[in-house]
Amino acid sequence: MSAETLSLNLGPQHPSTHGVLRVVLELDGETVVSARPDIGFLHRGIEKLAENRTYHQIIVLTDRLDYLAAHSNNLAYVMAVEKLMAIDVPRRAQYVRAALAELQRIASHLFWLGTHAHDLGAMTPLFYALREREALMDIFESLAGSRLTPSFLRIGGLAADIDDGFVEAVRSFTDTFQARVDEYETLLTENPIWKYRTKGVGVLDASDCIRLGISGPMLRGAGQALDLRKAQPYCCYDEFHFEIPVGTQGDVYDRYLVRIREMRESARIARQAVEGLPEGGWTVPGSPAVFPAKGDLKQDITAVIRHFGLVMEGFKPPVGEVYHAIESPRGELGFYIVSDGESRPLRLKVRPPSFVNLQGLVKMVRGRLLADVVAVIGAVDIVLAEVDR
Amino acid sequence: MNLDAIRERFGGAIGEVTVFRGETSLTVDRDSIASLCKALRDEEALAFDFLSDLCGVDRHPASPRFLVVYHLFSTRHGHRLRVKVPLGGEDPVIDSVVPVWETADWHERECFDLFGIRFRNHPDLRRILMPEDFEGHPLRKDFPLEGTAKP
Repeated sequence: MSAETLSLNLGPQHPSTHGVLRVVLELDGETVVSARPDIGFLHRGIEKLAENRTYHQIIVLTDRLDYLAAHSNNLAYVMAVEKLMAIDVPRRAQYVRAALAELQRIASHLFWLGTHAHDLGAMTPLFYALREREALMDIFESLAGSRLTPSFLRIGGLAADIDDGFVEAVRSFTDTFQARVDEYETLLTENPIWKYRTKGVGVLDASDCIRLGISGPMLRGAGQALDLRKAQPYCCYDEFHFEIPVGTQGDVYDRYLVRIREMRESARIARQAVEGLPEGGWTVPGSPAVFPAKGDLKQDITAVIRHFGLVMEGFKPPVGEVYHAIESPRGELGFYIVSDGESRPLRLKVRPPSFVNLQGLVKMVRGRLLADVVAVIGAVDIVLAEVDR
Repeated sequence: MNLDAIRERFGGAIGEVTVFRGETSLTVDRDSIASLCKALRDEEALAFDFLSDLCGVDRHPASPRFLVVYHLFSTRHGHRLRVKVPLGGEDPVIDSVVPVWETADWHERECFDLFGIRFRNHPDLRRILMPEDFEGHPLRKDFPLEGTAKP
């Protein structure tokens, strides 16, 4: 046996690192002695940019964080600003937000499922998963005009009311989706190769996760039923019926099971949200943070002035600071905003779940095989745009 | 959430306690941060076992210039707390809380990288988002938003 180890660069240009992640591995044969993640390749200074934008302008920046769940980022951000401004959002808007957040969770999990399985050599699930994700992208596109970066939320509510087409599209998607998930499960859940590659790999127990700040499906896969939708309900989540799936082992396989079951629950929530959609307004017209209705701009000079003021100067929230966190597909996504009373935030800090969860990688791969590193990175479900901001 | 026991124990080290939009913030002296965090984690009634976030804030030209802000969450009780530590602009050094919450490791590196705040006893304090040979700390208010000249 040689005492020498081999240094190996995994990434930043590597298909299995899901973006520009570089991991410097110390290998003894095929066994990982140590791993050193190197991040920052996609750092765009979004927090610095945010300090120089009005509160409305920041919404589009948040899409560019976790671009696989852009709607969740919009939601966490606008809710933080609404907390700062003490705006009560109408129930109709909250239901639509919840429905979109759950569809986004499904879309994000589908992308994870396809790429994760593909990383481990299963080619078929990718095609099935992207087929359903495409249907979701169509729903986002018909609603917001764009697929990946919808920016459909506004401070105080939505960019526009939804139409009947949206409700119908969600109905028809959720009608068939449970059967689709059955199809994915047929391919993987009892597949001996899949189990061999994922069971007992990348284990982190619940207390490890909590010490490392890990949240979301990774924490729940380790048996801790912590979900902010239940723990600190927002967007009327306390009015929907759903379960929090948990695992027992905290390995890659349990994270897979948790996400699969979460997709089923998300479809149930989205369905409940559109079926129980309350009538009423979808924004708060009187709030100083909300744009006047487009129709008014043609008839009312004060509306034009207000619109102009909001575009050029923005609005001025009170002096104070707020932190608001939601359960994004990856875990606790929080926005911390410090306002000094000006129309741009003094500080905006994103609490990105991917950044925090990735920290667990070092512990999960030590002593494992090189091939397991790919399985573990896939099961963390990182988006580098969110890690690096 | 009852903070009386903590306030009694740390007395003068705890400054003002404010509540804004239902969120409680605690301002703390820099020298007590490590022991206070340990107490917040270990006190049964508080049990802040989860450090959600740690970040810096630059209030330049206000004084004291920096804040280090800790967002704590208790997985057992479901409550949250914000702890803020003011630091002067001349000598922004504070004790690391990695011994209390392992997750602070990358957060503190990020805060060091973007603000130049140093964390005493951190196991591996180096840049994390910016390149290793980068000069300056981009989230400082006197660091320009755009341009190619070195600040």
